[in-house]
Amino acid sequence: MWTVYRAPRTSSCSSASLAINAPLAIDWLVEFLRDELIRRRGFTRAVVGISGGVDSSLTAYLCAKALGPENVFGIRMPYRTSSPDSLRHAQMVVDDLGIHCDTVDISDAVDGYLANEPDADGRRRGNVMARTRMIVLFDQSEKRNALPIGTGNKTERLFGYFTWHADDSPPLNPLGDLFKTQVWALSREIGVPDEIVDKPASADLVVGQTDEGDFGITYERADRILYYLLRGYGRERLLRIGFPADEVGLVTKRVAGTHWKRHLPTSAMLSSTSINDFYLRPVDY
Amino acid sequence: MVFEVAAAQIKPNKASYDKNLARVGTLFGELHLGSPRPNVIALPETALTGYFLEGGVRDVARSAQTVFEDLLSVYRANVPKDADVDVVVGFYELADGRYFNSAMYATLSGVASIVEPRICHVHHKYFLPTYGVFDEKRFVSRGRTIDAFDTRFGRSAMLVCEDVWHSVAPTIAALKGAQVIYVLSASPGREFTGDEVGNLSRWKRLLPNVADEHGVFVVYSGLVGFEGGKGFTGSSCVVDPWGVVRVEAPVTDECAVQAEIDLDDVAIARAASPMLADLEASLPDIVLELERVSRGPCRS
Repeated sequence: MWTVYRAPRTSSCSSASLAINAPLAIDWLVEFLRDELIRRRGFTRAVVGISGGVDSSLTAYLCAKALGPENVFGIRMPYRTSSPDSLRHAQMVVDDLGIHCDTVDISDAVDGYLANEPDADGRRRGNVMARTRMIVLFDQSEKRNALPIGTGNKTERLFGYFTWHADDSPPLNPLGDLFKTQVWALSREIGVPDEIVDKPASADLVVGQTDEGDFGITYERADRILYYLLRGYGRERLLRIGFPADEVGLVTKRVAGTHWKRHLPTSAMLSSTSINDFYLRPVDY
Repeated sequence: MVFEVAAAQIKPNKASYDKNLARVGTLFGELHLGSPRPNVIALPETALTGYFLEGGVRDVARSAQTVFEDLLSVYRANVPKDADVDVVVGFYELADGRYFNSAMYATLSGVASIVEPRICHVHHKYFLPTYGVFDEKRFVSRGRTIDAFDTRFGRSAMLVCEDVWHSVAPTIAALKGAQVIYVLSASPGREFTGDEVGNLSRWKRLLPNVADEHGVFVVYSGLVGFEGGKGFTGSSCVVDPWGVVRVEAPVTDECAVQAEIDLDDVAIARAASPMLADLEASLPDIVLELERVSRGPCRS
């Protein structure tokens, strides 16, 4: 009787697809920050908007490791409805790392504008808050001769779950190619407090809001679908390896509907020297 | 013949040919003071400008003669007058009205040296990656030949990055008599699931395989540093004809690795494992097979 050893089938239940060598990836991102910020751009300081969530916490830990805590400035930017836990968690990060910290309350700036827009819905209000935070972040960076560092992860970038030309605008982003579940893995490895890693992710623009509630799918499940989707698996194959049709549809729709958010504005092309169409120079040229 | 080879990995200043040239000159000076002193120094792909230049290739490309003269100038400025060294370097080349991603093997010497400075060979990158993050075919022309050439330190060949990812390229180099293959690369790190960066794992399979299969030394020089978020995975190394890595550099640091090469090892390794001789014996049949394939897809 022959014994047959069979390779396991690809399965939607396996988390192997999202496995990451966290220590190796952390070392790489630390090198990325040092090289791009110091050597390429000539800065020594970084400004990070610390929300108290896991993305900005991990970013602060990476920056402190790369540049030294004395060169990292955490900026807390609460709005009057922000969760008190957000402020407290941000403070935990600041205290643990020994980085500088300032708090800039954006309530007056946001409310000053929205006073003339009483009909603004939650979406518009959230966008105004996100863009106000970027005004603060860039100005605080200018004030300190520092570079603002982005905190957006790959999952929210793919879902378009950010305000265009706000959260995505800092010139360097160490987390942009990490799925949310991988952000959690790196955060645990680098020492972000469990209380921050384990809490439900939230943009904290509306009281009680959670990312997964907004999406209608957990990060864990979304990331697995995204992993295969980006590698070229079609819908039929995703269903065949066990992903539910409604979840595949939800994720696919999110990605397909937000390609524009991952690009610069569209300029009309009139010449054969159109910038970024014909005239091509990389960002660090 | 016994000689010392060094493979240096550097972080180029983006598109700053003169700054990079000056740094290479400093490197020449420092390595000259080493003991033992290297006879051959290999530098990475696009070492004089950085790799991801897009349309900027046309701004920084130089003729091989210009690069040779510039290297000779900085060499002479940094070492004693009677010194000499061979150098392998990657650069964007302007030749015959076209741009290439090139590698040059040249002999450099001081004004009081009896060694004649000269360009030994220029290789145009044969396989241009144009997928994913790579876009080379858009900006440079592809090379048409893979050659071996005689140097003061044995018959050699140069391959650039993806050239080696196709086993046919080092095979041709070995069949043309190369005993040392210099591989210059700019390999951006990607995939962090395993014990080491994913592309590096592939290099670590490829290079010993090339050395072992053909009984050649492989000298690998990899670019380091980040360009637009893409970090190169250095890990320069020297592999002997049995496929054993003699020395290997770290992934991200600027540094050089150095090893002794005894070309007698080539014959010893090939005698023990005559893969190249077997290939040569079968070559007429292989050529026929390739001719059949080149006429179109084969389905039996």
